[in-house]
Amino acid sequence: MSDVTLDKAPVAPKEETPFRRFVSEFMASKIAVGGLLVFSIIVVVALLAPWIAPQNPYDLGQIDIMDGRLEPGEVGGSGITHWLGTDDQGRDMLSGIMYGLRISLTVGAGSALIACLVGASLGLLAAYAGGRTDTVIMRLVDLQLSFPTILAALMILAFLGKGIMNVVIALVIVEWAYYARTVRGSALVERRREYIEAAQCLALPTRRILFRHLLPNCLPPLIVVGTIQVARAIALEATLSFLGLGVPITEPSLGLLIANGYEYMLSGKYWISFYPGVALLVTIVSINLMGDHLRDVLNPRLKK
Amino acid sequence: MTVYLLRRLFQSLLVLVAMSVIVFVGVYAVGDPVEILISPDADQFERERAIRALGLDLPLWQQYLVFVKNALQGDLGRSFVFSEPALQLILQKMPATLELAFGAMFISILIGLPLGLYAGLKPDSPGAKVIMAGSILGFSLPTFWVGLMLIMVFAVQLGWLPSTGRGETLWGWSFLTANGLSHLLLPAINLALFKISLVIRLTRSGVRETMLMDYVKFARAKGLSPARVTYVHVFKNILIPVVTVVGLELGSTIAFSVVTESVFAWPGMGKLIIDSINVLDRPVIVAYLMIIVLMFIVINLIVDILYSVLDPRVRLEGQA
Repeated sequence: MSDVTLDKAPVAPKEETPFRRFVSEFMASKIAVGGLLVFSIIVVVALLAPWIAPQNPYDLGQIDIMDGRLEPGEVGGSGITHWLGTDDQGRDMLSGIMYGLRISLTVGAGSALIACLVGASLGLLAAYAGGRTDTVIMRLVDLQLSFPTILAALMILAFLGKGIMNVVIALVIVEWAYYARTVRGSALVERRREYIEAAQCLALPTRRILFRHLLPNCLPPLIVVGTIQVARAIALEATLSFLGLGVPITEPSLGLLIANGYEYMLSGKYWISFYPGVALLVTIVSINLMGDHLRDVLNPRLKK
Repeated sequence: MTVYLLRRLFQSLLVLVAMSVIVFVGVYAVGDPVEILISPDADQFERERAIRALGLDLPLWQQYLVFVKNALQGDLGRSFVFSEPALQLILQKMPATLELAFGAMFISILIGLPLGLYAGLKPDSPGAKVIMAGSILGFSLPTFWVGLMLIMVFAVQLGWLPSTGRGETLWGWSFLTANGLSHLLLPAINLALFKISLVIRLTRSGVRETMLMDYVKFARAKGLSPARVTYVHVFKNILIPVVTVVGLELGSTIAFSVVTESVFAWPGMGKLIIDSINVLDRPVIVAYLMIIVLMFIVINLIVDILYSVLDPRVRLEGQA
């Protein structure tokens, strides 16, 4: 490292690392980059909602029930133009959607992350330990996957009741199995490789072998599953909230906003349900487009 | 084979028992039905009489034993709200849900098969690309929102189809009357959306794999017309796996009908369970979950047995 000239050596093309190759392959698909772009915009809008939203939809001082059910583009009593209309309480829908995105994204990404940690750890353990541990964990996975997610989540929320934390818990319980199965599959292949044998010969602690040697090599499929599962988690949270079992009314996610507009839709006031649904749809589709392409990029079998 | 079957049967039984404990304890923990069902004006005496009548004064494990004993005799408790046997309540709603689920599966095959066949036969055509993009959309769209949009367009704006309810029924079935059928159409399409995407993808990959088979090449070499090769040799061979998978999806279709039924106010089991959860009608929740769990265990058992019949390797593993 003391040799500074080495760094400045005239090596014009950048060294190709797996990460750089991955980035350039991902960028090769216009659809995937579009998905990434749209998703980034959505995340930024959600993050900046308190500063860029026309009003704070939770602040009762800012909303006026006289502005209720205004059509998109109408100007309310407080002088704000409601580009996406207002709901029955007089809340600006655009602001409601921006704040709702925060909750939908937090719940979706948070539950996917926790489920990933739990599932990946159990999957690694199952593959590495084998035997009885493997059997027990995989039986649990089978059991979990044999029930539709919506039903399992419904059952858990029927026990726990409403609330953001409870929704996250329910989503983690119904999702961890997907990660566990994925990681176990690739870990079973990787653990027979020489580098694991070498690590074992060096008498490294099991935890180190699992997380520093085995896990990084099982990451590609995990990233694919993780991306798709974030989209699924967001959709599932919206569905549960629509059914009245998800987030509480005080913290409306997109699903709850859509549910609020349900009764007004039959009288032709479509915007209360329509626009939150569009936001939800765009979010899910942008994530799925990225995930779909990631699957192609990270799948070695499709490489020529 | 018999050993394997017995072992699977025993495992299923264990799962059923475990689920019954989980469901019972879980539902018991949801809040206090006494608060909801007994009027706050009731005096002490009335309260206690009501609690005793509902069996809520016994310890939890005793309530569970009573529940199991009654469940084995087909009695899953009485609904707190309707004061009718919970099982009967659910069975009354079952035809509506089954009708919806089978309608959705029928639609998914009717629409999905031709589209998947086209996408598989001409994978590079613009039509196939549109179909495949559409199937991604079908997987992405949240069912409940699509349901709302279907109501908005076809019921509110165009006024072609009714938005909610089952309409006229004949012998308890909607699809036997024209009015009932018009009520069934929108919810069935809504529920079918996800399955259509599934059928398209299955059919497409099936066709693409089958086209490379030797018997297809041979049929072509023999000079058969492309139509005959497609519709007799290829189609027949992909039909079986596609129909099998769709059949196996029956369980999840029934589970997802919870959402569709809530959107279209379709009076089936799914709407009943959501309403029951909202008013904490404990016996109905427990009965519904037990019926669904039982249904899934039976479906999974049939799948496993079918696999072991078809694939000897599974059988050998079971004996080892």
